[in-house]
Amino acid sequence: MKPVNQKAWLLILPVVLCVAFSAILPLMTVVNYSVQDIISPERRIFVGTEWFKAVMRDDDLQGALGRQIVFSLAVLLVEIPLGIMLALSMPAKGWQSSAVLVLVAISLLIPWNVVGTIWQIYGRADIGLMGATLAALGIEYSYTGNATQAWLTVLLMDVWHWTPLVALLCYAGLRAIPDAFYQAASIDGASKFAVFRYIQLPKLRGVLMIAVLLRFMDSFMIYTEPFVLTGGGPGNATTFLSQYLTQKAVGQFDLGPAAAFSLIYFLIILLLCFILYNWMQRVGTADKPGAGHG
Amino acid sequence: MARIELDLAHAYKPNPQRDEDYALLPLKMTFADGGAYALLGPSGCGKTTMLNIISGLVRPSQGRVLFDGKDVTALTPQLRNIAQVFQFPVIYDTMTVAENLAFPLKNRGLAADRIKQRVGQIAEMLELSGQLDQRAAGLAADAKQKVSLGRGLVREDVSAVLFDEPLTVIDPHLKWQLRRKLKQIHHQLKLTLVYVTHDQVEALTFAEQVLVMTRGRTVQAGSASELFERPQHTFVGHFIGSPGMNFLPASGTADGIEVAGTMLRSPRAALSSIRNFSLGVRPEYVSLAAAKADGAVPASVTQLQDVGTYWLLTARVGADTLVRARLGGEQAMPKVGDDVWLQVVSEHTCYYRNEELIA
Repeated sequence: MKPVNQKAWLLILPVVLCVAFSAILPLMTVVNYSVQDIISPERRIFVGTEWFKAVMRDDDLQGALGRQIVFSLAVLLVEIPLGIMLALSMPAKGWQSSAVLVLVAISLLIPWNVVGTIWQIYGRADIGLMGATLAALGIEYSYTGNATQAWLTVLLMDVWHWTPLVALLCYAGLRAIPDAFYQAASIDGASKFAVFRYIQLPKLRGVLMIAVLLRFMDSFMIYTEPFVLTGGGPGNATTFLSQYLTQKAVGQFDLGPAAAFSLIYFLIILLLCFILYNWMQRVGTADKPGAGHG
Repeated sequence: MARIELDLAHAYKPNPQRDEDYALLPLKMTFADGGAYALLGPSGCGKTTMLNIISGLVRPSQGRVLFDGKDVTALTPQLRNIAQVFQFPVIYDTMTVAENLAFPLKNRGLAADRIKQRVGQIAEMLELSGQLDQRAAGLAADAKQKVSLGRGLVREDVSAVLFDEPLTVIDPHLKWQLRRKLKQIHHQLKLTLVYVTHDQVEALTFAEQVLVMTRGRTVQAGSASELFERPQHTFVGHFIGSPGMNFLPASGTADGIEVAGTMLRSPRAALSSIRNFSLGVRPEYVSLAAAKADGAVPASVTQLQDVGTYWLLTARVGADTLVRARLGGEQAMPKVGDDVWLQVVSEHTCYYRNEELIA
């Protein structure tokens, strides 16, 4: 029989402890809350899966989830192509490339609530540059009054804030392509589009996967910026999942439903990331249809 | 297919003044149509620059490039109709082998059935027929390199095929197979081939003409035996051969020539009047000799290595000159520390002054 070295358990113990205290135990508290009705700190009743059932039937939650999914998809559809285009048009070397890199990275350095404040002012019809310009052009614009405009403003704000991240990731990916590929393509007579389609895009697959996952997770958890800009309104047009959750947990102090909802929220993100990751892996490595996977 | 003529110089810096500023010193060179050439030299000698100038990836800072007498200096690689194989295999990851091979033809707008036929032919020639529907990204390095060569060969009107150290990433036991394949293709298609390498075995077995380059200059162009027997420059003597040529300091006097402290009869009358020159002799042509034999110098053995099929003897001649000799295993070997006489003058011996061959 193969000897088993029990010392290995001892060696992973520090990691297990760290993860337990930082992730598993806090999560378990949430699990604990999600199955109890907490009436006061002394009085709590075990309710089983009742909160989960209630939360799943909640119309407000379903509305927030729908808005959230549409928002995250819109974020990906705008930011990924835009980031790639930005990366392709950035200079590759010389002082210009350093200058452009710094410029592009600026919005990433701004704290979330400041981003919200910047756009709140920027969009005001009386003193904001964008709001005033639109007003001068005769376009009625109000992110506090018009639901569609509020939603679009939040999207625009997110694009402004986070497209540079996608661009920087793609820029790094592009710089990692050896010159020989471009030289070979030029010898093969490839058009600019063919170079993008058959060299740059396949070589960017790795960084794009990271960009998509990061932007998906982040946008799915968006909280601060719309909270500062619109406070979730008008109505609940820009109330996304995390804001709804906060209202429930902190505003109404419904700890049980809020905990059940957090767990569902967590599982949704986990599941969607898992699906996205596997799908992108497959797109990149599978054989031609019918020849490989199945 | 084309005859390629170069009459140019290239510097990556603007305004070159000294020789060191040039990647390629002014040169005139003709590659005959259908010839197989190798550019051989150490890293940084300018061989890849010359290759990229031929292909059109680099535009020479002075002079011009002619294909069949037509000036193509300003043309792109695509318009010159060049094929190039790079050090690391360049393949299109998302395509199959067949799509990879068809890519250059598709870009040129050929009819689908013509493309298919041509891809089939080239795949047959490169022994890739069985892998046509496989994704190119999953192939081994040698097959990938064949695919990138194939993308060059599918075009029937290709002027020349250029190789930039194409076997660097290939396993040693596959190298000779691929090299043989290249020679075979050269015989079949009669293309002009230019092959860049720093490996002398690769260059000498592949090419009819080898250009030995150092510091931006071609020091000799010739066949394998010419480079071996009559190096025109001491660099060629050093670089070709394993180990390289031995050089002994020599000086002509009225009585003959003095080689590392020993007086020898002058093998050529002209040498007597030359003060300082070098005597160059390949380790293969150095042999053990009887004491005071004609053309032999005394030496003391410092090292003896068994290299399998022969012995490599290193001996000190005079104050600080080391001479290496390849000796057949059948004779009695001296031991380290022994004093021996080494035959250094024979019909194979070359004579150099200021690094150039004089006799």
